[in-house]
Amino acid sequence: MKCNRLVDAGRRQFLRGGIVGAAGAAAATVFPAQQASAAGALAQVDYPSNRLANLADLAINEPMDIEYPDADSPGVLLKLGEAVEGGAGPDGDIVAYSVLCPHKGWYLTYNGEDRSLNCPGHFSRFDAEAGGQQIWGHATQNLPQFTLRVDDKGDIFAEGCSDLIFGRPSNVL
Amino acid sequence: MAYKRQIDRLPIPPANAKVHNVTCHYCIVGCGYKAYTWPRNQQGTTESNAFGLDLAEQQPADGTWLAPSMYNMVKQDGKDVHLAVVPDHDCVVNSGLASIRGGRMAENRPSKVTGTQQQRLSDPLVWRNGVWQPTSWDDALDLVARVTAKIVDEYGEDELLVSMFDHGGSAGGYENTWGTGKLYFDSIKVKNCRIHNRPSYMSEVHSSRDMGVDELNYSYSDYEVTDTIVIVGANPLETQTNLFLNHMVPGMRNGARFIMVDPRRSVTVNAAEEVAGKENVLHLAINPGTDMVLFNALLTQAVDNGWTDADYIAGNSFQGGEAVAMGTGQPSGLGSLDYAMQSCRTSAAEAAEICGVAEADIVKAAEWIAKPKDDGTRRKCVTGYEKGIIWGNDNYRTIGAVVNLSLATGNIGREGTGCCRLGGHQEGYYRPSDAHVGRPAVYFDQHLIKGGGKVYHVWACDHYKTTLNAAQFKRVMKRRADMVKDAMDAAATGTREEMVDAIVSAVNAGGLFVVDMDIIHTQIGANAHVILPACESNEMNLTSMNGERRLRLSERYMDPFGNSKPDCLIAAGMAHNMERVLREMGNDAYADQFKGYDWETEEDAFMDGYNQGNPEVTYERLRAMGNNGVQEPVTGYEDGKLVGTPRLYTDGVFTRHGREDGKALFCAAGWRGWQAAGKAQEEANHEFWINNVRANIFWQNQFLDQDNDFIQDRFPYPFIEMNADDMARLGIGAGDLIEITNNNGATQGMAYPTDTAKPGQVAMVFGSPAGSQGNVVNPGVNELNLPDYKHTWGNIRKLANATPQAKAVSFKSKEYKA
Repeated sequence: MKCNRLVDAGRRQFLRGGIVGAAGAAAATVFPAQQASAAGALAQVDYPSNRLANLADLAINEPMDIEYPDADSPGVLLKLGEAVEGGAGPDGDIVAYSVLCPHKGWYLTYNGEDRSLNCPGHFSRFDAEAGGQQIWGHATQNLPQFTLRVDDKGDIFAEGCSDLIFGRPSNVL
Repeated sequence: MAYKRQIDRLPIPPANAKVHNVTCHYCIVGCGYKAYTWPRNQQGTTESNAFGLDLAEQQPADGTWLAPSMYNMVKQDGKDVHLAVVPDHDCVVNSGLASIRGGRMAENRPSKVTGTQQQRLSDPLVWRNGVWQPTSWDDALDLVARVTAKIVDEYGEDELLVSMFDHGGSAGGYENTWGTGKLYFDSIKVKNCRIHNRPSYMSEVHSSRDMGVDELNYSYSDYEVTDTIVIVGANPLETQTNLFLNHMVPGMRNGARFIMVDPRRSVTVNAAEEVAGKENVLHLAINPGTDMVLFNALLTQAVDNGWTDADYIAGNSFQGGEAVAMGTGQPSGLGSLDYAMQSCRTSAAEAAEICGVAEADIVKAAEWIAKPKDDGTRRKCVTGYEKGIIWGNDNYRTIGAVVNLSLATGNIGREGTGCCRLGGHQEGYYRPSDAHVGRPAVYFDQHLIKGGGKVYHVWACDHYKTTLNAAQFKRVMKRRADMVKDAMDAAATGTREEMVDAIVSAVNAGGLFVVDMDIIHTQIGANAHVILPACESNEMNLTSMNGERRLRLSERYMDPFGNSKPDCLIAAGMAHNMERVLREMGNDAYADQFKGYDWETEEDAFMDGYNQGNPEVTYERLRAMGNNGVQEPVTGYEDGKLVGTPRLYTDGVFTRHGREDGKALFCAAGWRGWQAAGKAQEEANHEFWINNVRANIFWQNQFLDQDNDFIQDRFPYPFIEMNADDMARLGIGAGDLIEITNNNGATQGMAYPTDTAKPGQVAMVFGSPAGSQGNVVNPGVNELNLPDYKHTWGNIRKLANATPQAKAVSFKSKEYKA
């Protein structure tokens, strides 16, 4: 069953400030849904390259609602303001994560004060500045982190994911 | 940088996968899981799979999901098969929730395909030529039996020392406690023995039992319908995770208030505030070790305000003053409530002074627990306690004070009530009588340190990581064991007979011959001479009961690793060899004592032990009861189902003390400050209180987690939570390696700045392989040799700057922030 209620809830949680336009941009992406089965003979999941936003759309510590690798997989795009290991962009400070808690799939909320992602269901917490490391919680993995590429026009693309996203047997369904 | 699994796709369990009932073998809660196994060359599809779900669609929150940690490839009947172990939505214990421990059961299985848990022991090992050499069971058991038989036959059974687990889950359970118990309490009468987590062979909750109250008397559902939850010296969100999430949280959502008694603010307090609202949570952050005073004051409030349950007390408790006098092995008197009050009476003002909390908060807590509602009905209260007082100051009287309050307010034996320990492992104890051990039982660690014993059998215990006074224990045991290793090395070219003679000479000179049964190489096992490989739950069938006495059969779904065996069958093998060797020695009468171990399987051991006392209970019937099992005691078998007991003492007859009158006793819990030797002086001489705490991420002493990359990435060293001002004053930064020292020894860990840590108080995680907190715990115990691990003081200094591993981890607050 598809759970649009939860997807909508996730959108609401992250649609804050002036980032509505960016969410629209992500929703306009075309997903190669049929490629997953065609690529079945390959050893790796074949990820789509989706444009998430442009550098100009990001403000420091303002979370942007994204969806990757498809519309049912909500995420967050963050410009942290300081370079972090694994950070993308000219300042090495841009990261993106799934916001489905890898414990039971609840939507994480972003706390800008200590830059953590928090689960209202069972109180797990993840560090946006430490590669999504679980600070404390019940998940048996750290937060799936999306692999980012920034092109020379400043467009930010997601092109992979570090861990399995909650609720799927394959990151690309 | 956080550990990345780099897994983005998993095999799908097919619709025809084999399904096995699994009870999580880690903590006492015993969550239900389903294990799916299927052949290597098969798989399900998104349309057709074992879950019966359309996996082409995103699953909703709380839905079924196979996380990478829940998958592995293991041996089953000699073949490599896929394994998926996922939480069971139909189990009433956890309703589909997994903890960070149970959710990793699959990946913590040994697999030669995926490379997990390659630390597991596969073959018997014997110390030969300066190393451990793999050998056959026959060879290893022959050496064990020849040395052990010679010692017990010639020098007496008191020369055999035994450390043995008494728990369920893991590699414990009714099968394995029976196998070891029959060997050491029936075939032999071993007196010099101890349990895995305490330096003597005795109960952790003597006073509750002496009062007539079994320490596991409720049903978890009682939390859901109570008015007030009281937690004392426990941290259930971390250590009984799904008891908190699946039973206490619904209780709070139904309106229950939450009282926490703990010097430290834990994530449990934080989560309770999120669920119930701060106005319905009361954290009594008492001075360390003063729990008894607080509960005496709460009892006094209830008595003086007429909030006790007079009918319950009159009908169910002893009325004649003193019933049991204080004496040797009896740390306080027991009797009627009036009798106990002569020792317990404490005003709120006195308690506020001693406990360091506001008098108004003590009054408020008493009201939340005992003051009848406006309509005159009684409030219902569930009380849960654990190591904070079990391993705390004056164990007997403190637990007595807690149980006193529950008894006086009618809060045991009724729906929505209970007074229980929260527990560590599951339970699974079925052994012959231990009466010969005596009360108080021998202080085992001191006996070994003083040179007692010649042969030492260690069953799944790693005291080097977990005992008190560990530094001295390790030094002495290593010295004694090395004497035997040297003798064995010198006799390497001789016959078996010459080898045995060399070992016996060495132990007669003060050495110790050590046989270690475990699933991995342990720290204490480093000083063993024979190591015998055991297997765990699900590599064998295993029965245990959880913290509400829920008995389940956790089914075997894979083969034991290599040539490892269930502990009960290792014990049987020892018995067979003891019988043979004693007969060869010409002692037929002694040899005959080792008959009765004709067990081919763990089920045979179960039928020989537990089933003899509980004839209704068989594997077949338990299998049919599935992951919801049956709550002990089992009273019958009707309509194809075992009939259990959801709650003890519903008839008001208290039986745990064995008194014929069935009346509960109150404990004369008179306060006497620091009870254990040396505590007051240690506190006076050192700067920091070294609290000994647990974390949800580690199971016990990390025996499997030490080989789990996800876990070790988070905490590469044992964390020591510390106040930021204390750190700044001592020049310590986040992640720096620090050393704790006192007269008992030294240990080390990683500083974790914690804004809720009080100045002068640090909290170090227990039992770490990279820093044993037990090194700095003094040998002080109570009259029954219960250790006080929780009260240790030391000084702290910086050892080193944060290593690259430590620098990479998060040091943010563990508390949920919306």
